[in-house]
Amino acid sequence: MNTASFKEDYKKDILALLAQNLGLRGSVLPLPSRYFTSWAKGLGLHRGGEVVLYTGHMYQLVPVIRLMEEQAKELAPEKRARLARLARWINPVVNVSAFSRFMVSAAARSRYERCLQNIVLLLRLTGLEPGYLYGVEKYAGALAFDLGLDGPFGRHAARVARRLKDKGVKEIITVDPHTTEVFKNVYPKVVPGFDIRVRSYLEVLAEANIEVRLPWEEKFVFHDSCVYARYLGLIDEPRRLLEAAGVKVLEPDQSRELTHCCGGPVESLFPERAEEVARARMEQLTSLGRRIITACPICWLNLERVRDPRVEVFDISEILAAAFLGKI
Amino acid sequence: MIQVDERLLERIAKDKDFNAQACFNCGTCSALCPMGLGLLPRELFRYVLLGARDRLRELSDVIFSCLLCRLCEANCPRGVRITHNIRTLRSYLVKDEYRIL
Repeated sequence: MNTASFKEDYKKDILALLAQNLGLRGSVLPLPSRYFTSWAKGLGLHRGGEVVLYTGHMYQLVPVIRLMEEQAKELAPEKRARLARLARWINPVVNVSAFSRFMVSAAARSRYERCLQNIVLLLRLTGLEPGYLYGVEKYAGALAFDLGLDGPFGRHAARVARRLKDKGVKEIITVDPHTTEVFKNVYPKVVPGFDIRVRSYLEVLAEANIEVRLPWEEKFVFHDSCVYARYLGLIDEPRRLLEAAGVKVLEPDQSRELTHCCGGPVESLFPERAEEVARARMEQLTSLGRRIITACPICWLNLERVRDPRVEVFDISEILAAAFLGKI
Repeated sequence: MIQVDERLLERIAKDKDFNAQACFNCGTCSALCPMGLGLLPRELFRYVLLGARDRLRELSDVIFSCLLCRLCEANCPRGVRITHNIRTLRSYLVKDEYRIL
């Protein structure tokens, strides 16, 4: 097999796998529903309701993607391509992605689960008591949409929208930019009559003027997510919140609407290139400081994997929780 | 030699939103691209307008390696909806060339 053809086949096989997973199992990376819902244990979140927190599975998937990346990295591209071909044929019968959950330790998951827990506690400070759909909640389909898998995405979006309608949901509060964008700007175009209100938890918090308990009084570098900044115009909200939390926000040359991508979007097809972009961005960020804040789980994952051990990357929810909830 | 498919643009731009004609080839997009995709999007859009179907097939790696980050779009002097156009090309390849329906 020559290089060009195995690369071409690899791309087609990965696209086909993602489409299969979305069609057959409702997610690009399907895992048992308790894997996605275990973070909510003990929080007393009521089931469903008109206003629900929608995780979109993104934070939960970060440790799985990370593990899969590490494994894939050890394989030569030709071998990776052969495995993708094999997986494409087996996957309709056996859920090949499900195996990965056995390898993600509870410790690796706990930091990401804590982000979601903190987001709930932060929302409660505003007086809001969102519900949660537990196993009814599905991945929103952003990756499939971005990769041009219009058929599988459209069918999936229709199913997700029907579920939300059946459960009487009127508003969803999202926790990551990709889920926010796809619900806010794509669903209304592909699902006739989709009229559910969509807000990011950062917007909800920024509007509420919550009181700070333990101000940071420290400097952090802030990395804008492309989707928040350029698709959703969510630029001032995270800054207002961080400043209220006592953070001195350091801005890299490329920030706000001119932010530099983390490389995440091409991770599934071109992992090596994704890493190069992450490194370039990391260099810009670390020229200002060693403590970086991200607001997107995908940016977090990508910057984290090229991080020098002396550099720390935080999710914005961790920083806000410490200041507003007084939790370290 | 380029083989011309006269109906390529029509097939790709079914939703009529493919505004590649607006591009005047200034190259701002290529200069800013974090992936260093020198080809994107100007030549790519030109191929569509020309009906060069084979070129799109050959350039599928470029089409799929766009980050959709919109840095180019934020600076495009002609307001070309670059990422939307790239997504439209992906949809075309997925459906018409890879037969993933």
